[in-house]
Amino acid sequence: MTSPAPRSEPATNGAVAAPAVAASTRSLRWPIVAMVVILAVAPFVAYPVFLMKALCFALFACAFNLLIGYAGLLSFGHALFFGAAGYLAGQAALVWGFPFELAVLTGTATSAALGLVVGWLAIRRQGIYFSMITLALAQMFYFFCLRAKFTGGEDGIQGIPRGKLLGLVSLDNNYTLYFVVLAIFVFGFLAILRIVHSPFGHVLTAIRENEPRAISLGYKTEQYKLIAFVLSAALSGLAGGTKAIVFQLASLTDVYWATSGEVILMVLLGGLGTLLGPVVGAFVIVVVESYLAQLGGWVTVVQGALFVVCVLAFRRGIVGELSRLLHRPL
Amino acid sequence: MSTQALFSQLLIGLINGSFYALLSLGLAIIFGLLNVINFCHGALYMLGALVAWYLLEHLGIGYWWALLIAPLVVGLLGVVIERTMLRRLYGLDPLYGLLLTFGLALVIQGIARNYFGVSGEPYDIPEQLTGGRNLGFMFLPNYRTWVVVFSVVLCGLTWYLTERTRLGSYLRAATENPLLVQAFGINVPRLITITYGLGVALAAVAGVMAAPIYRVSPLMGADLIIVVFAVVVIGGMGSILGSIITGFALGVIEGLTKVFWPEASSTVIFVIMAIVLMVRPAGLFGRTT
Repeated sequence: MTSPAPRSEPATNGAVAAPAVAASTRSLRWPIVAMVVILAVAPFVAYPVFLMKALCFALFACAFNLLIGYAGLLSFGHALFFGAAGYLAGQAALVWGFPFELAVLTGTATSAALGLVVGWLAIRRQGIYFSMITLALAQMFYFFCLRAKFTGGEDGIQGIPRGKLLGLVSLDNNYTLYFVVLAIFVFGFLAILRIVHSPFGHVLTAIRENEPRAISLGYKTEQYKLIAFVLSAALSGLAGGTKAIVFQLASLTDVYWATSGEVILMVLLGGLGTLLGPVVGAFVIVVVESYLAQLGGWVTVVQGALFVVCVLAFRRGIVGELSRLLHRPL
Repeated sequence: MSTQALFSQLLIGLINGSFYALLSLGLAIIFGLLNVINFCHGALYMLGALVAWYLLEHLGIGYWWALLIAPLVVGLLGVVIERTMLRRLYGLDPLYGLLLTFGLALVIQGIARNYFGVSGEPYDIPEQLTGGRNLGFMFLPNYRTWVVVFSVVLCGLTWYLTERTRLGSYLRAATENPLLVQAFGINVPRLITITYGLGVALAAVAGVMAAPIYRVSPLMGADLIIVVFAVVVIGGMGSILGSIITGFALGVIEGLTKVFWPEASSTVIFVIMAIVLMVRPAGLFGRTT
């Protein structure tokens, strides 16, 4: 027996399958330590450039999860922040001659500013409209990048110098750079952990569960949503800026809607609203894509099929299922 | 600025507007009843064009039959999608419907791309509609006139179906309160299936009409659907007539922008969306909740 679609619109924000209570920092201590140890050993087992790509996407996915998993907002345009930071970081390092850390910060700041504008427009509508608006604004930005001079159009910004960390340590060595990227990732991850467990994070969860009720309790939910959006955009920018410098390339791919879809898939597969899920999802997707690369066009078909399977039968995601089996939040 | 260029861009704007109207109309009807934003609408529009091309190329079946067969094929596919997949998501957050149909769009576009390549194929204008007439101030190709006229007729039929027939009254009632309508003995799940099938069939008709104007290519619907989303945000999905008017109007505005400021033509609809969100967040024809 099937029942027709429900009519209660704004209140359905919270139906996203996420744990009702956020994991406490203490119960997560050992999983996080294990993750960092594994990531510190990984470059001696696997190719560091490949791992850096996965780390950048993992941070991007964690930033995205801050919105969907904790505030219940599905942005379909997060590639905008990922890609824009890449362009600005590339421009700063290549044209303005900024050192590594300043170039990445320039990208991050750009994404935060863009996040403020996009968020300010998009939170005027709820639910499904929010997703469509973010997607449309990201597409607008894509067309802007296609035509703008400094982005290099179809060619992108190529040959971005990696530079030196704090003017001292050359980052041309992949192993050195790997540990810098790992440090950036851990910083971003811990920042998100802190945000989620702060009073601010609890208000976000309250908005996700029942926005009208949060409003009636006196919270200015729009401000909370906007701040969450800007934080998520800035952290996505941190990931995008780092990726552009690691690969010495900023291109249109990173601002295209397919990238927005990719990050959603990573979070969905890993587990919406779990802290470790986006990291697992990002690594799985990056590995799957590199193995399927020789299949060419079939990659999108596999991605699409993964979406369908996750939505129909695997809504908790890998980490979500694991945390259910272990009876502890992850 | 020659009047010739102005009017021909206006006509192209009207044609794009027809497609925006047909697609956003389908989206609005589906959203009304299923509470799902059908992300694979663009992919099914493309599939309509692809079916028409296949019929002509491999079976020798022409445009007029394609106009009937393609929506049937795509509508049936829609029925299958609704019965086997979307149905399991009712009662969950509507975001899951969006994610599911996004995945389906990737699958459909990916498969089409593997068998068809990315470059696309031309599709000839049917014999009866080749040529055109000279109006003095501009040359009016017959096929383009047909597309605009037929789209207006289809939009009108859809409006009539939803606002003036018994089926439409069930549909509108179920949009308001599905449980109550079901309690009156109307088979709401079947109504939902029919609605989804009709909505995507409209997209397929638009695809067949688009085939002779643009090349038939696997990605022809991918970027279009994002523009249609912006159209839907501008118009709001509350009103059938509103969707139709917004679709045509935005097509014309886009066409005019191509004449006066070509660089902005790909972004103008998104800019209008941003302005509407600032001034009237619920959309031009939307109801504030």
